[in-house]
Amino acid sequence: MKYTEEHEWLRPEDDLIVVGITEHATTQLGDIVFVELPEVGATVTKDDEIVVIESVKAASDILAPLDGEIVEVNTALADNPALANEDAIGDGWFFKIKPSDPSQMDEYMDEAAYNAMIA
Amino acid sequence: MSDLHQTPLHALHLSLGAKMVAFAGYDMPVQYPMGVLQEHLHTRAKAGLFDVSHMGQVRVTGPDYASVAAALERLIPVDIVDLPENRQRYGFLTNDAGGIRDDLMLANRGDHVFVVVNAACKADDIAYMTVQLPDATVTEITDRALLALQGPAAQAVLSALDPRAADMRFMDVATLTLAGAECWVSRSGYTGEDGYEISVPADQAEVLATALLAHEDVAPIGLGARDSLRLEAGLCLYGHDIDTGTTPADAALGWAIQKVRRTGGARAGGFVGAEVILPALGHAARKRVGLLPQGRAPMREGVPLFASEGATTQIGTITSGGFGPTVGAPVAMGYLPTDLSGTGTTVWGELRGKRLPLTVAAMPFTPANFKR
Repeated sequence: MKYTEEHEWLRPEDDLIVVGITEHATTQLGDIVFVELPEVGATVTKDDEIVVIESVKAASDILAPLDGEIVEVNTALADNPALANEDAIGDGWFFKIKPSDPSQMDEYMDEAAYNAMIA
Repeated sequence: MSDLHQTPLHALHLSLGAKMVAFAGYDMPVQYPMGVLQEHLHTRAKAGLFDVSHMGQVRVTGPDYASVAAALERLIPVDIVDLPENRQRYGFLTNDAGGIRDDLMLANRGDHVFVVVNAACKADDIAYMTVQLPDATVTEITDRALLALQGPAAQAVLSALDPRAADMRFMDVATLTLAGAECWVSRSGYTGEDGYEISVPADQAEVLATALLAHEDVAPIGLGARDSLRLEAGLCLYGHDIDTGTTPADAALGWAIQKVRRTGGARAGGFVGAEVILPALGHAARKRVGLLPQGRAPMREGVPLFASEGATTQIGTITSGGFGPTVGAPVAMGYLPTDLSGTGTTVWGELRGKRLPLTVAAMPFTPANFKR
């Protein structure tokens, strides 16, 4: 599992990367009431704003962590945005991306480095 | 941070684990560990305790109530003269253009008028009233905190401390003894729920708040849920939904101007901006309305409104919006041209470059539970 400075977690699953946001992020955002996910099949470039999250407090964007193609999105999360609060690193995942350059994963933090960043 | 004022309950907020934010020059709790959503739902289900000590508490005195009331009626277009003793009423200070300087609550306290004004406006309000009311004395009460206890359990909780609380009706005012403190209590609030606002001596505020929080039905509630509660209740937030550029007619606040102050009434007009406001009642070109986004995306303050998905001319703006936890969907209010403001009309908001439909809806979005 890798982590971005934007509080996304990236979990390899076969040749895909599953992306969500960390428990630290969901705690900071508060109760999440709306999630807008990218379209399946969309080709995205690293740092594109591809997800909108609205908490009771404010809207925020999630950036594409990698270049690639969106191959699956969590429709259960769109129907029940609270999943992101309840199970941030499990059922609250956002999308699965097929990276066009898997080496982009190397620049992200491991768990120890991420925990140090939010400490 | 050091420049921020603290309320008498500041230490209590910190001990309760509140997340603090700067609001109107005060360091205030925006939420507690329960979180905004649950705080909102708790208030509608049981009772919430709010610290609203940042608001201005003002005493206006003069030779007698009648003369103070008559003087205030030159600044505020509501019936103050005939307000019975120990009754409270909503009102606003207006300007020459018919705009709203501030909205407020005022009460007949026998020998004086007790006024509660918005935190961000209080210095201006007091300076303005002091100049405009030369025969009255305008005094800010700085040695009292202000608490709000709101929700269906509020009566049971408060009457356990002083049984007289149960005898009060909506908008009644009384002096009660709560946890040993002499409190000025009104049966009102700003959540759409039954409840009380309690002015308590600052040095007894923490004891009272702690006594109220000891009841199993009472939870501390921050400014975050205060905002979503008042939005669902269709109540205006000064500086957002109303300001110096909106008249009471635009803001659909004509209900607050009693017949006696309107054209044809016994004390018609005679207040600042009357020549603009009175003819506009029922004839305003634009109107504050409730708006329900048809999708799930909240639409917040500043979202521009259009008559159709492709229209190029903006017709209005959302002035408050967010997720309504009790409604279970996004809710908003904003201004629209009167001819497009009918309930059921579809308008379009532009959010992140996309046009999304909203339906004009009656307010409040959740039924009011006042004890009339």
